[in-house]
Amino acid sequence: MNLITALARLLIFPGLLFAVPAAWFFLWVERKTVALMQGRVGPPFMQPFFDFVKLTAKSTPPRSGIAGALMRSWPLIALASAAGAVGLLPVLPSSGGFEGDLILLLALLEMPSMCIIAAGFSSRSIFGEIGSAREAALSVSYNIVFLLAIVSIAASQHTFRLEALAALPASPLRLLGIVAIIVCLPAKLHINPFSLPNAEQEIYAGPMTEYAGPELAMWELSHGLEWVAATGLVATLLAPHFGAWWLAALVFVALSFAIVLLLSAVAAATARLAIDTSVRFYWQCTLIFAVLAISSALFMRYRL
Amino acid sequence: MKLWRQLVCLARRRSPWLFHMNAGSCNGCDIELVAALSPRYDAEQLGVRLEGSPRHADIICITGPVTKNAVGAIHTVYGQVCGPKAVVAIGSCPATTNVFIDSRTIDGPLEKHIPVDVFVPGCPPRPDAIIQGVAKAAAILAERGLNPPKATVAIAATVAEEQP
Repeated sequence: MNLITALARLLIFPGLLFAVPAAWFFLWVERKTVALMQGRVGPPFMQPFFDFVKLTAKSTPPRSGIAGALMRSWPLIALASAAGAVGLLPVLPSSGGFEGDLILLLALLEMPSMCIIAAGFSSRSIFGEIGSAREAALSVSYNIVFLLAIVSIAASQHTFRLEALAALPASPLRLLGIVAIIVCLPAKLHINPFSLPNAEQEIYAGPMTEYAGPELAMWELSHGLEWVAATGLVATLLAPHFGAWWLAALVFVALSFAIVLLLSAVAAATARLAIDTSVRFYWQCTLIFAVLAISSALFMRYRL
Repeated sequence: MKLWRQLVCLARRRSPWLFHMNAGSCNGCDIELVAALSPRYDAEQLGVRLEGSPRHADIICITGPVTKNAVGAIHTVYGQVCGPKAVVAIGSCPATTNVFIDSRTIDGPLEKHIPVDVFVPGCPPRPDAIIQGVAKAAAILAERGLNPPKATVAIAATVAEEQP
């Protein structure tokens, strides 16, 4: 991947120029789906964009010293990593990539969650600290399954290169891995039934409680970009391989949208689970599938 | 620059986030405020979102006649909301202390403590009236800079009682 392709992927497609409007659109789809399932009309189409503009024009509370600088930097790091993760997605055919970019993508996908944990603790608000502790417990639970599922897909195809993974045809094993990833996505995106870290009605806004104005806008945007990156990862793994770039882009957008709809519908239909139930869900119920997937992947690898 | 200013004005009008505070209310107005967000009235069509943290909010909705215990909390919360901000007094209590007038446990009305932008009278006001009051507050907010002088007080009209 040379510099120009990398910049084009980061800034244009599937990077910022595509991902930022897509992030707002997905945030709107999430709220609209919840509203429709509750029998309401819901927010207008431009709502996440208006929220973002309004928040950027608000003032922030004065913060001084290292704690203040840290608090200001967490949302920017989260935003940058989420944008980088979107830029790495192998949407277009023969768009470049390098050996091991799957590992970089996983690390970048994990960064926003790390930033949320750090932000909650550095805000020194009791609600932020509870939210961060919950996020950390949840992260330890779902990441085992998430990583095992992705590693099983990668191990069965003998590569850690995203483009090679996306180009290969779907197999039953791969579908099992994708299902395991989708089960982890509600926890990764903090939506119901795993919306513990930012559980309003319990701990106000969790780690975000002390954030205001432009910093909160950055958090909202990075959350939206996380949506694009996480659903985009599943979409690239699911999508069949196309030669034409426009067809690949179209299928990518359609699949991402379908996954967002599915997750939002699940979020609207479920209630929040308690932390012990969530952790047990991932460690007891879902882990079995992930272990099955990775063991069959390894088995296949040695048989071949 | 002018275009950005217009965009910000529009965004402020279209995205009022509320923080609800009970200053000794009997819970009547609180129920009506929640009803305004329910499927029947659906204030989210105007971009309204009820926020848990005052740091996220633009508009503070205060109910109740302001008990002596609540005064400190009102000042704290008013300081925690980042500018530009607006205050909506919901119900007759924060406006006049209503039937609790002259009580020794009351330190009202609300205007003694913080500037109020919109009064929504009623005991309790209907959800329609609350939504109208919030919309007026959002319009006031749109015109307001970061450090405003006290704004002109608007009174949301009470919506006529409908036949059940």
